[in-house]
Amino acid sequence: MPVSTDNKALIIRIAEIIISELKLEDISPETFDPALDLVDELGVDSMDLATVVLVLQDEYGITIDEDDYPKLRNIRMIAEYIEQKRTA
Amino acid sequence: MKTISSLLDKEWHERYRKISSLNIRSSIYDITNQCNLRCKGCFFFSSDEHEASTEETDIEKWYQFVGKEKERGVNLAILIGGEPTLHLDRVEAFYSQLPSYCATNGLIKISRDRFPDMMVGVSLWGDENDEKTLRGKDTFAVSSKNYEGDPHTYYLYTITPKQVGRIEHVIKKIVDVGLKVHLQLLTNEENVDGFFWSEENLRDVRAEMDAMLDRYPRTVISCKYYHEIITTGTMMNRKFGWAECPSVTEPLDKRNPQPKSLIRFIRWASDLKTMHRCCTSATRDCSTCKDGAAHMSWVMVNKREHLQSTKDLQNWIEVYEMFAKLYRFIPW
Ligand code: SF4
Ligand code: SF4
Repeated sequence: MPVSTDNKALIIRIAEIIISELKLEDISPETFDPALDLVDELGVDSMDLATVVLVLQDEYGITIDEDDYPKLRNIRMIAEYIEQKRTA
Repeated sequence: MKTISSLLDKEWHERYRKISSLNIRSSIYDITNQCNLRCKGCFFFSSDEHEASTEETDIEKWYQFVGKEKERGVNLAILIGGEPTLHLDRVEAFYSQLPSYCATNGLIKISRDRFPDMMVGVSLWGDENDEKTLRGKDTFAVSSKNYEGDPHTYYLYTITPKQVGRIEHVIKKIVDVGLKVHLQLLTNEENVDGFFWSEENLRDVRAEMDAMLDRYPRTVISCKYYHEIITTGTMMNRKFGWAECPSVTEPLDKRNPQPKSLIRFIRWASDLKTMHRCCTSATRDCSTCKDGAAHMSWVMVNKREHLQSTKDLQNWIEVYEMFAKLYRFIPW
C-alpha cells in the first residue's frame, strides 16, 4: 500500500504535539513547515525527541525504536514513519 | 519561533552541525577504590565512596560488563577512581571496546604502546606549595615528566580560592611542557580551612580564567560562558543545584519534575553492580557543588533554551565544542 505523505491531518496533529511537548512559542500547527529539520533548525535533541515519541506511541498505538530516531528528522518524515508503522 | 539558521551565519552553522551529530552518551566508572595519594578535599574518600562497594577482581567480568555498557548505548567511558592506573588491565577492558577517557593523578605513566590514543586527564591542584598542602606532594614534578608533549593528555587544573591571582604561574608551567589545560573549581568537600569560595573571589577567578583563555588560547581548553556558569552557578536566570543537575544516575533519579539530563547516564562503582547517585559524591551539597563536568553538561542538555539570541546559541556551541575537545570527539 502506498504511503501518503500528504496526510494533512496527521501532519497538523504531529505539529501540535511537538509544539505542546517542546513548549514552542510563536508558531501554530498550520504555519509549522513540515520539511523543517528538527535537529538542524529547531535544536531538538534526543531527549526532546524521546518526549515527543512517548506521546506519538500512545496516540498511534505504535512502538518507535530509538535506532529509528534518525528517520524522524522533520514532521513529514514522522508522518511517513507513522503511516508505515500503522500499515505494516 | 527562532530557528538555528536565522541565528547563525554560515561558519557558526557549520560548527553547530558538526557537534549536533555527535550524540555523546557518557557514563562514569570507578575503576578502583584505591589511590596512591590522599588529597584533602577528594570527594571519593571524604564521602566514604571507597567503602560503598567491593571491587570486582575478575578481569573477564570487566570485559563482559563493558560489552553490556556498549549495548546500553554508551559511547564514552569516563574512567575515574580512586586511581585508575593502579589497575590498567581494567582500563584496557574499556579502551579496547569503547572511546575512553582516563582521569589520573599522573604519578604512574600510562604507556602509549598499550593505549596509543586514549584521552588522559591529569589532575593538578595548583602550584608546588598548594599541591604539597592539599595532596602531600608536588605531583606536577612527576606527571609533567610522564606526559610531556603528549598530544592526548591535558591537565585538569582544580583552582582553589587561595590561587586566585596566581593561576598564570601554573598555566606557564603547563605551556612549558607542551600540554593543554582545562580549568575547574574546587568544591571544598572536607571544609578545609581557608578554601571556601566567597562571592568576591568567584568574581575575581572568573576574570582571571577569562584572561588566561585570552592569553593562552592554544593551551587553555575552555570558553568564557563556561567560566560564567561555573562561577555564578546561574544559567538563563536558573540556579544550578539538585533540581537542575543533569549528571544524576538515571535509574536512581526520582526527581519530579525531571530536569533535562544526560541520557542513560550511570556512575558505576568498581563492583560493577553498585550505582552512585551522581558524577561526584552523594554527600555533597548540591547548592555549593562546583563540579565542572556537571556544569558543562547542564549547558549542553539545555540547547533549545539557548535559541533566544545569536550570542546565547554561540555560547552553547562553544561549551559543547569544549566538551567534545576534552573527550577527543573533535580535534583541539
Ligand atoms: S588523586 Fe584523585 S582519587 Fe586520589 S585522593 Fe587525590 S583526588 Fe582522590
Ligand atoms: S553533588 Fe553536584 S553533580 Fe552531584 S547531584 Fe548534586 S549538583 Fe549534581
